[in-house]
Amino acid sequence: MAHGAGGKATQTLVESVFLRRLGNPVLDRLEDAAELVAGGARLAFTTDSYVVSPLFFPGGNIGDLAVNGTVNDLAVQGATPMFLSAGFILEEGFAVEHLERIVASMAEAAAAAGVQVVTGDTKVVQRGGADGCYINTAGIGTMVPGVHLSIASVRPGDVVLVSGPVGEHGVTVMLARGELNIEADVTSDTAPLSGMVAALLRAVPGVRALRDATRGGVATVLNEIAKAADVSVVVDEVAVPVRPPVRGTAELLGIDPLYVACEGRMVAVVGPDDAQTALDTLRSHPGGEQAAIIGRVAADPPGLVLLNTVFGGTRIVDLLVGDPLPRIC
Amino acid sequence: AEIGGVGSTVRLRVRVEGIVQGVGFRPFVHTLATKLRLAGHVGNDVSGVFIEVEGPVETVEEFLAALRRLAPPLSVVDRVATEPMPPTDTRGFAIVASDRAGTAATLISADSATCADCLRELDDPADRRYRYPFINCTNCGPRFTIVRGVPYDRPLTTMAGFPMCPACTAEYHDPADRRFHAQPTCCPDCGPALVLRDAAGSPLPGDPIAGAAGALRAGRILAVKGLGGYHLACSATDPEAAGRLRSRKHREDKPFAVMVPDLATARRLCEVDPVSEALLVSRAGPIVLMDRRGNGGVAGPVAPGNRALGVLLPYTPLHHLLLRHAAGPIVLTSGNVSDEPIAYGDTDAATRLAPIADTFLTHDRPVHVRTDDSVVRAFRDRPMLLRRSRGYAPEPVRLAWDTPRPVLACGAELKNTFCLARGRHAVVSQHIGDLENYPTLRSYAEGIEHFRRLFDVTPAVIAYDPHPEYLSTKYALEHEVTDRVAVQHHHAHIASCLADNGHPGPVIGVAFDGTGYGTDGTIWGGELLIADLAGFTRAGHFAPVPLPGGAAAIRHPWRMAVAYLDSAFAGAPPDGLDLLRRHDGSWRQVAALGRGGLNSPPTSSAGRLFDAVAALIGVRDTANYEGQAAIELEQRTDRAEDGAYRAGIEPGEPLLIAGVDLIRAAAADLTAGVAPGIIAARFHNGMVDAIVRACAVLRDASGLATVALSGGVFQNLLLLDRAVSRLSAAGFEVLTHSRVPPNDGGISLGQAAVAAALDRA
Ligand SMILES: [Fe+3]
Ligand SMILES: [Mg+2]
Ligand SMILES: [Zn+2]
Ligand SMILES: [Zn+2]
Repeated sequence: MAHGAGGKATQTLVESVFLRRLGNPVLDRLEDAAELVAGGARLAFTTDSYVVSPLFFPGGNIGDLAVNGTVNDLAVQGATPMFLSAGFILEEGFAVEHLERIVASMAEAAAAAGVQVVTGDTKVVQRGGADGCYINTAGIGTMVPGVHLSIASVRPGDVVLVSGPVGEHGVTVMLARGELNIEADVTSDTAPLSGMVAALLRAVPGVRALRDATRGGVATVLNEIAKAADVSVVVDEVAVPVRPPVRGTAELLGIDPLYVACEGRMVAVVGPDDAQTALDTLRSHPGGEQAAIIGRVAADPPGLVLLNTVFGGTRIVDLLVGDPLPRIC
Repeated sequence: AEIGGVGSTVRLRVRVEGIVQGVGFRPFVHTLATKLRLAGHVGNDVSGVFIEVEGPVETVEEFLAALRRLAPPLSVVDRVATEPMPPTDTRGFAIVASDRAGTAATLISADSATCADCLRELDDPADRRYRYPFINCTNCGPRFTIVRGVPYDRPLTTMAGFPMCPACTAEYHDPADRRFHAQPTCCPDCGPALVLRDAAGSPLPGDPIAGAAGALRAGRILAVKGLGGYHLACSATDPEAAGRLRSRKHREDKPFAVMVPDLATARRLCEVDPVSEALLVSRAGPIVLMDRRGNGGVAGPVAPGNRALGVLLPYTPLHHLLLRHAAGPIVLTSGNVSDEPIAYGDTDAATRLAPIADTFLTHDRPVHVRTDDSVVRAFRDRPMLLRRSRGYAPEPVRLAWDTPRPVLACGAELKNTFCLARGRHAVVSQHIGDLENYPTLRSYAEGIEHFRRLFDVTPAVIAYDPHPEYLSTKYALEHEVTDRVAVQHHHAHIASCLADNGHPGPVIGVAFDGTGYGTDGTIWGGELLIADLAGFTRAGHFAPVPLPGGAAAIRHPWRMAVAYLDSAFAGAPPDGLDLLRRHDGSWRQVAALGRGGLNSPPTSSAGRLFDAVAALIGVRDTANYEGQAAIELEQRTDRAEDGAYRAGIEPGEPLLIAGVDLIRAAAADLTAGVAPGIIAARFHNGMVDAIVRACAVLRDASGLATVALSGGVFQNLLLLDRAVSRLSAAGFEVLTHSRVPPNDGGISLGQAAVAAALDRA
C-alpha cells in the first residue's frame, strides 16, 4: 500500500474500503469528528492514531501530539473537548523513561486543553512489530450550542483565514529525523486549538467552517473545502504566513509549506462581513498573533484551489495523489 | 467506379475529403468543370465537398484526374470517392448551398500568412482595400483562430458580426473572384477596424498604425492583437525598451522573437539557409530559429547570450503595415506575464496587459481560439518543429497506419498539446502550454471539447501519461470513455518520432529529456528503449542519481551538480571546485538531502546531467526558464574541440551508462584549468559517444539497426547533429523529428500512435 502521504490516495482508500463496508449517515460525512445525539446531548466524537517518527522533536513529542490532535479535531467541529481515551502500542524493549516523558507531555497537554484522559489501554508487541511507540486517542466533546460548522456550507464571497504561520510541525519533524544535518530554528506548532476556537465562536457565531491543517497541510484542507462546497478557493501566495526559517528550510528541501503538516493551526472560513472580527479575534488570542486572511471563496471554477502567485499568475494547487514528484520536463 | 463505354455520357457523384473548405475548392471545381464543359454542381457539407458531374466518359475521367493534380494551394485532398448515377441530361455547372446535416468530418485549414495577391492590393492606392489591415482571400488569412464550428461558413466564424457590404457580397458570390466564398472577406466599409488605445483604454486620435509605429520608435511597449491573441512589441534595437519589456513581463532571460520587415533584414541578422528561408516565407509564417550574424543591431536584452535568434516575417496585413512604419525590426513576444498563457480576449488583455503595455493596437474581430506562434528550426534538409501551433494546427499529421477507434491523447504537463486521432489522421492541437496555470488548464478542457465538435470525434480510447500528478492525467482519469491506455512518457516520445517518420518500429529509441514518470515510480529521462508502437523494454539508461529536492533541483541546476559530485566522488568531492565555494553554506545539506532520499527521487535524466555539467563549470546555477542551463552549455561549447569524455557502460538488462564518469572527467579538467568551452565540448562529445556505443551494444543484442532520437534534449542541435553523424557512420539508420517537436509538445501524438497500435493488435 502506498497510501502514506495523505491526499488523494488516502481518500480513495477511505472511499473504496471503509465507506463501502462501514458507511452510515454519520460516517459518510467524513468530518474531522462525528456529531452525535446521545441522551439528548449533542456530542462530537473522534479518534486518531499517532505514528510520528522521531517520537521526540523540537517543540513536542508523540504524547502532546496525540492529545492536541484529538482535541483539535473536536474543537474544529465546534465542540468543547471533554474526555479522551488513550491506547498505547509499545515495541518490546521500549525505554520506560521515554514512555514517562511521553505520558508527562500528555498530562500537560490535557491540562492545557482542559480535558481528562478517562480510559486507556496498553499492548506490547514483539521487537520490530512496531516502531517504539504508537498512540491512539479518541475524544468526546459537547457541541457548542447553536453552532453548526460544515465545510459544505462554505459559499462564494466567504473569506479564508489561517490561525498562524504554516508548515512548522512537518518541517520540524523532517529535520528531527537527523539525516540532513540541517540546523534551523524551527519547532513544532503542536498546540490545542480549543481555546482559540471557543473565542472565535463567541465573537463570530456564524463561522462557516473550521479545519485543522494536519496531514497534507493547508493545501489539502482548502481542496477538501473546494470539493465539499463545490466552490473555488483563491489564495494569495503573499498572504500566507510562513516563518522565515521554515520558508528557508522548505526551500532547501524543495517542498511547498502549503502542503506541510501543522499540528496547532486551523483554517477558518467566515462570511465577508465577519472577516475582520474573525481576524482580530484570532490575533488577540495567544498563538494567533500571526493569523491572516489568505484568500477568498469564489463560485468558479468549482472544486479547484487557485493560488495567485507573486508574479500575477494563477497556479492550480491540487490535491496530491502521493509523494510530490516533479512535473517539470 | 465502373464507367460506361467510350463516348457514352455518364454522371458521377464525387465526394472529396481533406482540407477542402475555405480554400477555394468549389470555385476551382466550378472553373474546371466549366472549362471541360461538364454539367452538374458542387457544394460543401460537413464531411467535405460533394460534386455531381455529367458528360462524356473521357472528359469526366480527365476531370477526376485534375481534381487532385490542380487542387488549390491551401487544400489537401485526402480521399476522392465516386459513385455512378443515372445521367439527368441537365446543362450548366452550379455551386449549390452548403448542406449542414450529418456528421462533421471535414478538416479545418490552419491560419495562413497574407498571400502575394493580397499584398499587391494592400499597396495599391487604387484598390478599395488599399492599406486595409484585414485584407484576406481564399488563399490566405485567418481560419482556425476564427472558426467556431463546422461547416466552415461565415456564421460559424468570428466574422459573423460583420455583414458584408454590397461590393464584398458581389465578390463573395462570384465564382471567378479570388474571394468567392472566402468567409473572412471584408473591406474598410464592412469589416473590422483598428483602434489605438492608451493603457487606460482610451482611444487615441490619428491613424492607428502610424500611432503604434510612433510608440515603438519612441521606445514604448505596444500590445498588438494578432491572429491567435495578443503580442507585446517594442523596438528590437532599443536596449532600454527591451529591458523594460523584460522586467514588466517578469521574463528574465528567455529569448524574445524578432519580427523583421523582409527577408533582406532577416539575412542581415542571421544566417538564412535555404530551409530556413522557405520556412520564413511559408504560409505558416512561424518563428524560425537561426544562427545570428554578429548582433545585427539587435539590442542585447532581446536574446541575451544566445547564438540563435528567433525571427519571423509579417504574416498578417496588420503586421505588414506596422513593420513598414516601425522602421526596423521589432520584438514580438507573447502577450502575457511570465508563464501565463497569452491573452486573447479583449477585456482580459486590457486588464492583464495594462501593467506591461503603454499602448494597445487592437481591433474588433474576436479571436476564438488562443494560438501561439509556432517555432521551428532547420535541421539538415528538413524543418524541425519546436512548437507546433499557429499556421500548422489543426492540420492533421498524416499517419502511416490506421487508428481503428477514435483516440483522444491527453499529452504531457508542460508544453502540452492534445491529439485526436481517427483513421489515418492525427489532429494535434495548437500549443496549449503549462497546465498548472489555471487559464491554461481551462483552454485545455475547452480546446478538447472544441476539437471534438469541429472534427465530430467521440473518442473511444483515451491515452494519457501515467504520471500521477499531471493535470492531463487527472483529466484522462475523470472522463468517461470506453478504454483508457497509460503510455509511459519516454515510450510516447519514441512513438512520436516513429509517427513523425511513418516508421512502425521496432527501433532502438533514445529518449533524452528532463523528467518523465517511469514504470518503477522513479524519474526517468536518459532512456534507451527497444520499442515499437505497441510496447517497449527499457534496454538501458543513465545510472540514477538523486534529484535533491525534486522540482527545486530542476530550477537550481547547481543542486544536480552537487548530487552528481556526491555520487561521483562517494561523498568527498575534490577541493577547490568553485561550484562548492559558491554554495559553501548549503551544498553539504543538498548532498545529504539527496543521500537521505527525502523529496529526492532517483533520476536517470539526461537533461539533469547537462544541468549538472553547466553548473559545475560555472555556466549557470539557477534556471530562469526551462532548459536554460543546458541551452547555455551548448552555446558555450568550443566547436573545434573533438575530444570526448568516456562514460562507462555496464552491460546488463538494462545496461547502465555511468553519467558520473563524465562528471569526474569534467571535474578533473576543471581542476587542471581546462577552459569551460573545451570541457563543454568534451562533455557533448562524450554524450554522443555514449549514445553510439550503447546503441551498438543494443544492435548486437537485438539485431535492430534503426535508432529514433527523441526528447527535449535533442533540441540541442550540436548534440543532435553529432549523434546523427556518428550513428550514421556506425551504420545506423537514424530517425529524427520534423513535423512534431522532440519535446513534450510531441507527446500527445506518440500516445495516440501507441493507443492505435494496441487497438489494432
Ligand atoms: Fe519529456
Ligand atoms: Mg484526525
Ligand atoms: Zn490573399
Ligand atoms: Zn465590404
